[in-house]
Amino acid sequence: MAEFEKANSIGEWFDQRLNTSGFWRVMMTEYWIPKNINFLWAMGALLAMLFTLLLVTGIFLLMYYKPDVNMAFDSVNYTIMQEVAYGWIFRNIHGVGASVVFLVIYIHMFTGIYYGSYKKGREMIWLSGMLLFVLFSAEGFSGYMLPWGQMSYWAAYVITEIFGGIPFIGDELVIWIRGNFYVADATLTRFFMLHVLLIPLAILGAIVFHFYTLRFPHVNNEEGEFFDYKEESEKYLAGNQKESKVIAFWPDFLSKDFMVISIFMIFFFYLVFYHNAFAMDPVNFDKADGLKTPAHIYPEWYFLWSYEVLRGFFFDIAGISGKSLGLIAFGFAQIIFVLLPWLDKSPMVKPANQRPVFKYWFWILMADLFVLTIFGKLPPTGINAWVGFYASISFIVLFLALPYLTKLEAKMVGGK
Amino acid sequence: MFSLIVGLVVAVVLLVVNIVLLKISFVPKELRILTIISIMVGYVYWGFEPFAHHEMHPHVAEASYEFDGKGDIEALEAQAKEIEAKGGDRSALDTEIAQTKEFWSNVVAISELSGNVETGSELVVANCTACHSIESEGFPKLMEDTDAAAAYGVTPPDLSLAGRIYDKNYLAAFIINPVKAMHIEHKYPVTGSKVFPMPGSDWMSNQEIADMVAYLQEVASKVDAPTVADGASDFEIAKAKNKEVFEAACVRCHSMEYAGIDAKTSAEAMREYIGATPPDLSQHIRSRGADYLHNFINDPQRKLPGTGMPRVGLTLEAEKQVVDYMEQIGDSKKQEREALGPIVLIYLTILAVFALLWKKQIWKKLH
Repeated sequence: MAEFEKANSIGEWFDQRLNTSGFWRVMMTEYWIPKNINFLWAMGALLAMLFTLLLVTGIFLLMYYKPDVNMAFDSVNYTIMQEVAYGWIFRNIHGVGASVVFLVIYIHMFTGIYYGSYKKGREMIWLSGMLLFVLFSAEGFSGYMLPWGQMSYWAAYVITEIFGGIPFIGDELVIWIRGNFYVADATLTRFFMLHVLLIPLAILGAIVFHFYTLRFPHVNNEEGEFFDYKEESEKYLAGNQKESKVIAFWPDFLSKDFMVISIFMIFFFYLVFYHNAFAMDPVNFDKADGLKTPAHIYPEWYFLWSYEVLRGFFFDIAGISGKSLGLIAFGFAQIIFVLLPWLDKSPMVKPANQRPVFKYWFWILMADLFVLTIFGKLPPTGINAWVGFYASISFIVLFLALPYLTKLEAKMVGGK
Repeated sequence: MFSLIVGLVVAVVLLVVNIVLLKISFVPKELRILTIISIMVGYVYWGFEPFAHHEMHPHVAEASYEFDGKGDIEALEAQAKEIEAKGGDRSALDTEIAQTKEFWSNVVAISELSGNVETGSELVVANCTACHSIESEGFPKLMEDTDAAAAYGVTPPDLSLAGRIYDKNYLAAFIINPVKAMHIEHKYPVTGSKVFPMPGSDWMSNQEIADMVAYLQEVASKVDAPTVADGASDFEIAKAKNKEVFEAACVRCHSMEYAGIDAKTSAEAMREYIGATPPDLSQHIRSRGADYLHNFINDPQRKLPGTGMPRVGLTLEAEKQVVDYMEQIGDSKKQEREALGPIVLIYLTILAVFALLWKKQIWKKLH
């Protein structure tokens, strides 16, 4: 090992030992991002911000929350909301944050779909992102159980019940997941463990991995343009920043992210203070009661579309029970987005509106997801059940048709 | 159905607007994208919140504080029409409508009489204080609450505040026929074996009933304001007054754990009495909301047909005090929240302005 010169500053002392300046350069000032982007490219940083808020408020809530069926409800609604100084703001941020994080995840995800940012070398970005989506869903679901209100209990009951539809092992699986024959204390404590330890650990790992997957294929840009990053970054470093197609992660890209986050936080805290009932369902302010089924059971808004696919099949078709069909369709809906890079056979990496066939597919999918989301909350009776059925069928057909439609598009554009 | 079609049409229009927006080039692109996303988010929000609530909780008649029987008669007539439309026999209902009309016109007639407090006092002492206490007038409880609940089925209310918190017409109607005034005929049908603990006084003359109501009003007007600690804030004084009404109006059956209030009648006795356990009210301001509570308390059968909870006949003012108290207990940090909100939002707005300026400065060299 070479002899160390005496450091002249604290920065230099660390630099000698950790190469902090090299690390900063690689991760920040010479990590290149395309210049041709809009504010939708800030959703990643916004998600990091929201996750941080959830993590920090979660740590504080953990100091007073009691994972026990006899104490959970009051520890949240009395101790935290009324006794602990400013406990209510931590709970409101956590509750609203959980809902808003899904809003931003969906915007992030559909931005990726709209601009074709999941293919031609960017498959791992997409896959790691979908992994995060699954983990956040599990985190959202397990967290929703903790206040032990009526909706916590009955959502847990309905969702764990779904696993009962799996052939052969279903019934045993449900008992294994619940830790009891019904949703009980054992269910609450294990979901508590998942919510505060196992899933957050997995999320932290997946976030690091998601960042890493961006490193080599680089972030997509507004026009889906492929260019030589080495050449463009040399222009930038030579002071020719106006002509270069790239910007530095710090300070260029992050200054824009910071602006978007700051503006978004006004909206977010408005919700936290004045408009939080959409994220904290009124029904959940009734204590859990296994003997009293609420008039309407529905999941949080971000699960409504897949919930509607699950219950869309309300009658038997060709001797297969509606329940099994719903379960198959639900399974399909859960994994199909993951496979998107391989279902899209068109070579075009362009915003959807510049793609002759995909643009129709994209907007029809959006409309179908809106219908599924809205009808996912309504009671599934009369016309509602049929709208749900056709919207579920449309969802499946859209994805089954995608390979053919995009092959057609590939022909139309001649492989470009 | 109509709102459904409107919703779907709106969805199609929005998507077309979105696609058009993508093509308008004189508006800055980022603004167009923001508009598209706001429209989509707003539409989904409308769908899963206001629209879904509207579909799941059908509109019911507005609360009425007149207590003149109009609502009762209208409801019965609507029911009769429905039966008629289905080709059924409405004669039984027509008898009931006629009885109800007569009952309430009598009540309205009583309300126009001027009552004599002296006679009222004698009548109340002779007829009421065997079961009811009037502590402010020195008529004590004759039994402990639990014994009273065991004897009568439910703890009888103290009457000190009755003349203030209950509507005058309602009191008259209640004295004549409590089951009819409370809208719990389904729990105590005339032909059934279950008898409501308090007998009706339909044998009394209208003037006598008016006298009793006048006496109860006189008694209530003399009750002192609840005592509060020296230097209590306006909020605390209002809260103490609200609590007094809440305790008189609700606590015979309901608990309020977060205020340390236990129901005067035990859960077991309540199950005997109405066939259900009344819920603890600590979080009802969150789980039901003020609007629902007002409509519900005014006449529980409207929102929840068949419920065992009676119409208690609170005046609008007393009902407001009850709901306010539920908010002061169930959402006790509301004031703090509303005071902190603007400060946080102003701070964030200033931050956003600086963030915008910083971004512009950084990006100047890039474009």
